[in-house]
Amino acid sequence: MFDDAMTDSTSPRSHLSHPLTSRDADPPTDVEPRAGQRATREVAGALAVAAVFVIASVVFYIGFADPADASGAGLGNLRVSNLVLGLMIGLALLIAGVGVARWSRAITTGTRIVEQRNSFDAGGPAHQGSGYGPIGSWLGRRRLIRNSLVGALALLPLPAVLALRAVDPDASSRRAQTAWTEGVRLLTDLSYRPIRVSDLQVGEMVNVMPASFLDLPEQGLARQNERAKSPVVLVRMRPEEMTPAEGRENWHVDGIIAYSKICTHVGCPVSLYERTTHHLLCPCHQATFDLSDNGAVVFGPATRSLPQLPLAVDDDGFLVARSGFTEAVGPSYWERKA
Amino acid sequence: MTNLAQSSAKPSRNVALAQARRVVDFVDRRITTSRWVKRNEGRAFPDHWSFWLGHIALFSFVVIVLSGIMLTLWFKPSMTPVTYDGAYAPLQGVVVSEAYASTLELSFEVRGGLLMRQVHYWATHVFIAAMSVHLLRVLFTGGFRTPRKLNWLIGLAVLVLGIVGGYTGHGLPDDLLSGTGLRVVEGGIAAIPIVGTYLSSFIFGGEFPGEDIVSRLYVLHVFVLPALIVALLGAHLILVRRQRHSQWSGPGRTNRNVVGSTFAVHTTKAGALFLIVSSVIVLMAATIQINPVWLRGPYDPSQVSAGSQPDWYMAFLDGALRLMPAWQIDVFGHELTLSVLGPVIVLPGIILTALAAYPWIEQKITSERGDQHILDRPRDMPTRTGLGVGFVVFYVMLWIAGGNDVLAAAVDVPVNWVTRFLQISILVMPAVAYSITKRICLGLQRRDRDKLLHGVETGITVVRPDGGFSELHVPLSRPDAYALTSRERRVPSELGPEVDENGIPAPRPRGAKLRARLSKAYFGDVIDRPAPEEIRAARPGQRVTTPAGSGIGDNPSHE
Repeated sequence: MFDDAMTDSTSPRSHLSHPLTSRDADPPTDVEPRAGQRATREVAGALAVAAVFVIASVVFYIGFADPADASGAGLGNLRVSNLVLGLMIGLALLIAGVGVARWSRAITTGTRIVEQRNSFDAGGPAHQGSGYGPIGSWLGRRRLIRNSLVGALALLPLPAVLALRAVDPDASSRRAQTAWTEGVRLLTDLSYRPIRVSDLQVGEMVNVMPASFLDLPEQGLARQNERAKSPVVLVRMRPEEMTPAEGRENWHVDGIIAYSKICTHVGCPVSLYERTTHHLLCPCHQATFDLSDNGAVVFGPATRSLPQLPLAVDDDGFLVARSGFTEAVGPSYWERKA
Repeated sequence: MTNLAQSSAKPSRNVALAQARRVVDFVDRRITTSRWVKRNEGRAFPDHWSFWLGHIALFSFVVIVLSGIMLTLWFKPSMTPVTYDGAYAPLQGVVVSEAYASTLELSFEVRGGLLMRQVHYWATHVFIAAMSVHLLRVLFTGGFRTPRKLNWLIGLAVLVLGIVGGYTGHGLPDDLLSGTGLRVVEGGIAAIPIVGTYLSSFIFGGEFPGEDIVSRLYVLHVFVLPALIVALLGAHLILVRRQRHSQWSGPGRTNRNVVGSTFAVHTTKAGALFLIVSSVIVLMAATIQINPVWLRGPYDPSQVSAGSQPDWYMAFLDGALRLMPAWQIDVFGHELTLSVLGPVIVLPGIILTALAAYPWIEQKITSERGDQHILDRPRDMPTRTGLGVGFVVFYVMLWIAGGNDVLAAAVDVPVNWVTRFLQISILVMPAVAYSITKRICLGLQRRDRDKLLHGVETGITVVRPDGGFSELHVPLSRPDAYALTSRERRVPSELGPEVDENGIPAPRPRGAKLRARLSKAYFGDVIDRPAPEEIRAARPGQRVTTPAGSGIGDNPSHE
């Protein structure tokens, strides 16, 4: 049925690599001097062009790439200089690489090598039965000593864990403290102006910091740390839209209500407010909180409601904190008191 | 080697070359480099495109180190606040950290500084991507089997260190995005039971963000991690060198030898690849903007921008954080937030443990003994390939979840739908991918078997005397047939009868039952290559096209 003669004339296209047939023969450059010369010229030419690009990039770097041109006037010149410099260096490398690749394929000779492998098999002749000699018996013979040594060393990290605690004994209690205390005024963030009830329209959202924040030394560490704990979002909705929990009925002022801005998931600032639904969404992991429902989680990975800041109005008519936060703000942690 | 022979035969008249030769001799007399070169002359380097993936990672690491050294000349790892008065007009007068200000200086006021920064970033992406693909190559071809298990672990460790290196670098410029990345990790650390808060305080030097983290990340980023990576890469390469590279099956290749190109060819190719890899990185840096820290502004813990996303290699962890449903339990009055702990701590632990342990698990199942130097074609290990593809799909789904908001905006559906969809499909899709992949592998095995038994199609149609048409098939070429048949026969291990011939219950070692079951899952439905008798039966009157002596039924490794 099968015509054997066909196999000689029509060889099917190979789907697998044949190490001994595909590129076993030396490249034609070895037997054809002219092909060899041509390939050599090509490689040398590519390397020469690469060198020209390198020199061009040096000239450009010294003569034109001065970023002072970019100062003030935007990024236009910087973009151009980045592009031209990068193209010159990149093309130099690319052309040199193509040249060397041509060298490796067309000129570098050497037939395929067959090398015998060493055996790494533990059962092989190189390893047979001898174990590790004196060193092996040093650790291997007294099992009890070896095992108790391992056990004792395994316990060593424990004191280190305790020492870790001693480095900063206040680490957990500090998490529960913010700059908010009773009577502290709410200031608009960045411009730091006190806020009157009449300043806020229904549906509006304002980022707020405590007035006590300004008492901290300017450009100091405490300010930066406080910005990770004290930010508050202030929104105004119609009082009938909200359903305050028991004990929180007087925490808002005419529908103005304040929540910690720090997400209870992993601590990103929650910042996308949808005024029609009163939902506040964290752009990091999409935890969503309902500000009309005591900051309850309505979607996403957060496990706790946003802590609410009780509000009041002081004698001058400005919004103040009725008290500090009644729970720790930010992500959950082991020692946190619910 | 011919080059060496020629140059020694024909001394050059060139003075410079003669001097260079004297220097070479000087070095050689002391550390015997020529012996090293001579030893390499006999070395074989198996050649296949997929064996170069590790080189790409290595070369991009070199680019990372070189560009990184440039960056250290200007970057100031300090969180001390300064008032920015540099070239970038929109931020003039803003209080920023020195780290941020020096990053801007590097970008706007140093000649070629922006290019160096972008080279450093792009090289990192190439480095981690190349390592990941390299890992998959080794996984799917069984390159992790004895004696390469140790190197599998080392490679895995370098990948982890590379990702940590990328993350620590991402945190250095102290811009809004890098600070957000730190915030997320700090939230994860705080969720660790018992030690979380103290560990966080220890790492950040007090409260978050504090003023220490950038200088601490800097030490990790420019000293500790590169030193570890260099040491482990060195060990990785030494092991590859000692054990020689694995190879595909083919004529002349056995489990006992290495067939490949010469040192000279290999080294020239490697040089070309190095130049091309670095050129691609530089061209990317020239044309594609990456991490424009000036657009995001300095870090302020009270601010974040929509669409905040980590670099792609961290995105799977961020995606896990986004997908994990809210879950918090009370442990003796303490908070244990599993929806944070799970994605940030447990998940990477499980992934790494599974990857690290896989070579040992598979060996338990296959009961394979001895060195394995011939790579598997992925189709020949359908279960492993299926598991691998399932893992890749799982990873990619997490990765997509890391950009669920961007995806939602792109396809214009609520982000909640995207999240719900991904939450369900991440449980379903890996299993679907596993079974589809396994079916495809088995189909390919059947095709290989058909090729051996019935030859390959020629596209030539013949008319028989009775008027019927049929396509001519020709036998597979001998090398092809060899490559297809030289693989090991995969047979599931049998548990044996429960009682022996005298009715005495046979001793069954613990775990034997489980092992037999797993072995059946691995090899129960494998389409084995045909035995020589089958080929003879399928082609009466024709010589079996396999190399004599290699024995179609024998495994080369057991010869």
